[in-house]
Amino acid sequence: MSKSKVIQVEGLTKMFGDFAAVNSITFEVEKGEIFGFLGANGAGKTTAIKMLIGISHPTSGKATVAGFDVYTQTEDIKKNIGYMSQKFALYDDLTVKENIIFFGGIYGLPRKIIKEKSDALIKELGLENVTNQLVGSLPLGWKQKLSFSVSLIHDPKIVFLDEPTGGVDPITRRQFWEMIYKAANQGTTVFVTTHYMDEAEYCDRVSIMVNGKIEALDTPKKLKEQFQAESMNDVFLELARG
Amino acid sequence: MQDISFEVKPNELFGIIGPDGAGKTTLFRILTTLLFPDQGAATVAGFDVVKDYKKIRNSVGYMPGKFSLYQDLTVEENLNFFATIFGTTIEENYDLIKDIYVQIEPFKDRRAGKLSGGMKQKLALSCALIHKPKVLFLDEPTTGVDPVSRKEFWEMLKRLQQKNITILVSTPYMDEAALCDRVALIQDGKILQIDTPKAIVKHYHKSIYNVRSANMYQLITSLKAYEHHHSVYPFGEFVHYTDKRSDFNPADLNAYLKSKNLSHIYIERTEATIEDTFMELAI
Amino acid sequence: MKRFIGFIKKEFYHIFRDRRSLFILFGMPIAQILLFGFAITNEINNVDIAILDNSKDSTTEEIINKIGASKYFSIKQVITREVDIASVFEKGHVKAVLNFEKDFSKKLIKDHKATIQIITDATDPNTANTITNYVNAILQQYQKELNKDINVAYQIIPQTRMVYNPELKSVYMFVPGVMTIILLLVSAMMTSISITREKELGTMEILLVSPLKPFQVIIGKVIPYIFLSIINAIVIVMLSIFIFNMPIQGSLLLLGLESVLFIITSLALGILISTISATQQTAMMISLMGLMLPVILLSGFIFPISSMPMPLQIISHIIPAKWFIIILKAIMLKGVGLEFIWKETLILLGMTVFFMALSVKKYKIRLE
Repeated sequence: MSKSKVIQVEGLTKMFGDFAAVNSITFEVEKGEIFGFLGANGAGKTTAIKMLIGISHPTSGKATVAGFDVYTQTEDIKKNIGYMSQKFALYDDLTVKENIIFFGGIYGLPRKIIKEKSDALIKELGLENVTNQLVGSLPLGWKQKLSFSVSLIHDPKIVFLDEPTGGVDPITRRQFWEMIYKAANQGTTVFVTTHYMDEAEYCDRVSIMVNGKIEALDTPKKLKEQFQAESMNDVFLELARG
Repeated sequence: MQDISFEVKPNELFGIIGPDGAGKTTLFRILTTLLFPDQGAATVAGFDVVKDYKKIRNSVGYMPGKFSLYQDLTVEENLNFFATIFGTTIEENYDLIKDIYVQIEPFKDRRAGKLSGGMKQKLALSCALIHKPKVLFLDEPTTGVDPVSRKEFWEMLKRLQQKNITILVSTPYMDEAALCDRVALIQDGKILQIDTPKAIVKHYHKSIYNVRSANMYQLITSLKAYEHHHSVYPFGEFVHYTDKRSDFNPADLNAYLKSKNLSHIYIERTEATIEDTFMELAI
Repeated sequence: MKRFIGFIKKEFYHIFRDRRSLFILFGMPIAQILLFGFAITNEINNVDIAILDNSKDSTTEEIINKIGASKYFSIKQVITREVDIASVFEKGHVKAVLNFEKDFSKKLIKDHKATIQIITDATDPNTANTITNYVNAILQQYQKELNKDINVAYQIIPQTRMVYNPELKSVYMFVPGVMTIILLLVSAMMTSISITREKELGTMEILLVSPLKPFQVIIGKVIPYIFLSIINAIVIVMLSIFIFNMPIQGSLLLLGLESVLFIITSLALGILISTISATQQTAMMISLMGLMLPVILLSGFIFPISSMPMPLQIISHIIPAKWFIIILKAIMLKGVGLEFIWKETLILLGMTVFFMALSVKKYKIRLE
């Protein structure tokens, strides 16, 4: 296995009865890459992700995530990935600090490291004045950024982001993408699933899933050229409408 | 929400564009008489939202942000129910919803809870339209809906507009602004600007440049460190850059970036988008 | 009116589509009645007892025969010395010992008075109490027979009379309580849940914006549950009559009307709960903790109110279920008419009006 390939997927398939939710998908993601994983609702995105993060067993095919096999080493996979979704991020009824300590704790970080990390994280995000405030009382944008930082607290090799910036105001959204670029620059692989095509434009490469299959995979620029489209949105419409 | 003023013309497709928490839902709830304004007045279809709330309730259609249909009733039962409580029948206003309803009619005996996202949305729209409202309020109808359904939805709205219905639609997606006749940009409970999408973009006076290089993160940090920068925002595969100086020369920037060891530098003038305007106004 | 009927139709769809709730709705009363009737019972059957007969005369023999012949007791042991009483209890063979005093017959004829000591194992106070009552009942019966033939009244023991439930059937006592709980639960919990569900779904917003009037929404929500509760009440009464042979002494019409009154009280409570809770979960918690517990603990259903400390007795007055249980017992067991329960009925009526007024006042035609 090449060292720089963090995710390798070959012919991965998930059947539900006769229905192939994920139909033999193949792709690779490199270290430090921002990879967009797109698809309409029901295209099989969620099922594919579940297999990659080790909570669903594939029917057939091969896949390794962070060097670990998705069939046999799911526990190791879970230790090496981070996850953040817009729907569930942090506990609203815990304070900023309690959230950080909790999430550090579930990844088994030693107390001393959690302390260091949480101080650094709070400083970086400029949250010094609100460490003891409930997360629920923070503006949405702050929550998103905090939640992203928390998903990186255990230095995962790959972080999975599920529609990370939908509904966020444009400025916070940019700040968010800057954080993502920074994480990628430091070698973390960022795996973004979304059906907001403008989020796709920010990725290094994107794959588009339609009916369980990956129908396109390239940089946004090349995809736009290939489909002679102005935006990823048009590319997507072209593909999804067939 | 504070001190909001705007007018919507008959038959207009008016967009309220702003991020989550900007006050879009609150505004819609006041206009649909579900909430009292603390101060100020508003009329909908000629009726005062406080005094004539009953009349307003008869003449508006409202589709709240959450999926608001009865999951355990079938498609047809849902539509029938909303028709009945508004004192009408499906047959009476069928021509209005026909376009939309034919797409879900094959599933009319299916429970609403078992429909796909796009179909649910079509059903919700049919239900909001069944009593032939004068004004239609759609609160974030396209949130969480995939691009194909979103596109179809906007096409439906365009057709409805031709049937003498005024439509107010809220959305957090800046790219949907272009589909409205006029839009209000809203943030933190305040309206930043109201105009046609084209005019809003025209109001943007600075020159925007698309900048790209091999390393995005270093590019952003370098641009932010550049003493003449006015704004630096990642924008898809580019960074949108504006300069403080009026006589800005891209070659200077190119030289600066090269001195920062960046490769594959690309700088090109580009047009402002609604999002650029929004960010400029929101600061 | 068409709107309103359309609304009610929709409510019935909800109810009949939700099989699980429907099953609970009708399964619960049946299960509860059967449970209370058969399993949780105060009745005793074939309790082992011991006899210490210090007289061994014809009267004691007759009494012992009577007790032994009853299905309630079986005489496990006959002991001869007082000192053995402790040991039979210690060995745990028997639950009670009947100790006849010396010269029982003689005393009865001479002094018209004789004593039997009933010693019971009070580690199980309920059973002990019941045993005492049963023995008393048998003695009384015997006494009656004696007095029939002889002019002079012979008195065996101080009288304890079991009224209204001479057969000591505990199911008779439970039926009113169970009926109260079921009606309260169905009416209050189900309505509060069904209203809060609309809030959670967001459909309440649409209903509010519609020309449907707020009271129509409320009444529309309530009507289906009035029907269901009435059906439930009928099921409970039928079960008690046909399975437990419980005689309904009073007027069925009065019983029906009082039940409808209580159903409306409960519905008003349910609406009140729905106005203060935003989610189905809260509504359910409030219904269970706020309604069920007080009813079970403070209404006199299980624990007699008269033996409660004063503050609890006072609290019990504000629990509608308490008054309904009194009314039910009066009609079902005593067979009295409205002239004896008008006071309780009036209290219940007052509470209903109060809750109704409060919930109409609290119900919002707008969102918070």
